[in-house]
Amino acid sequence: MIQVNGELLPAAATVQELLDRQGWRADRVAVEKNGEIVRRGDFSATALHDGDRLEIVRFVGGG
Amino acid sequence: MTQDTWSLGGHTFTSRFILGSGKYSLDLIRAAVEHAGAQIVTLALRRANSETDSILDHIPAGVTLLPNTSGARNAEEAVRIARLARECGCGDFVKIEIMRDSKYLLPDNFETIRATEILAKEGFVVMPYMYPDLNVARDLVNAGAACVMPLGAPIGSNKGLATREFLRILIDEIELPVIVDAGIGRPSQACEAMEMGAAAVMANTAIATAGDVPQMAEAFRHAVEAGRLAYRSGLGRVLEHGAAASSPLTGFLQD
Repeated sequence: MIQVNGELLPAAATVQELLDRQGWRADRVAVEKNGEIVRRGDFSATALHDGDRLEIVRFVGGG
Repeated sequence: MTQDTWSLGGHTFTSRFILGSGKYSLDLIRAAVEHAGAQIVTLALRRANSETDSILDHIPAGVTLLPNTSGARNAEEAVRIARLARECGCGDFVKIEIMRDSKYLLPDNFETIRATEILAKEGFVVMPYMYPDLNVARDLVNAGAACVMPLGAPIGSNKGLATREFLRILIDEIELPVIVDAGIGRPSQACEAMEMGAAAVMANTAIATAGDVPQMAEAFRHAVEAGRLAYRSGLGRVLEHGAAASSPLTGFLQD
């Protein structure tokens, strides 16, 4: 299991696979894995492992 | 009259009205931005969830996106949010917003200076939301801010320029653009800030909670333009006592 935005989810092989599974567009999000930013160009090459903690954020309306 | 532009971080703008994008339904955002004539629009960063419609698809092309750090309670959290926002690939602008209190949403000036220093060194165009205090504004300038964004009144209150006298001090003393942010509830208040010499104003709630959102955005655009034009023209003087006739005091019919 991995933790995504505070929720436990089954692991995916890579960051990109996780985004695809969740229906999140890679060009619309930013990803932090275990406290470190993962560059967009590295989403496919970044493997996920049991226990990884991810924050995946996107823009919303705000003032 | 020469073209009236202003700059932030090497970007030049003609519009002096910054629009917040919070509290609208997504389908109203485009019309609000267009009617406002806004060239800078603020955004917030939040965890991705099941919604897949992106606000970015509702903001007209060519608009400069200004992510805020709302949700940050200290400098470190603001820096983290700013770095993530930059990874979203929408440029280097960031509006620092650091609050420790959820009742009044007042900015923490001390933490804001710390965050400004860190982010300016990392190449961000730093736009700090602040309580209008001259010493803090000077510290923000020294920390590398691109402007200062003092509040007019508490966020979302629509109460106008409650801090008027202190905004005036910042406008008089700070060389960087002074952008009045927060609390502006009516076009007349935006106009007054511009008449005072603010470089720009920002509003969100005033428009998002209006009866007709695009029309109110347009009203603000006109008010900001009118106030700017008045400032550039030099306001007429105020008489402390008595009156001064506008019409000639000679040639009356009874003479």
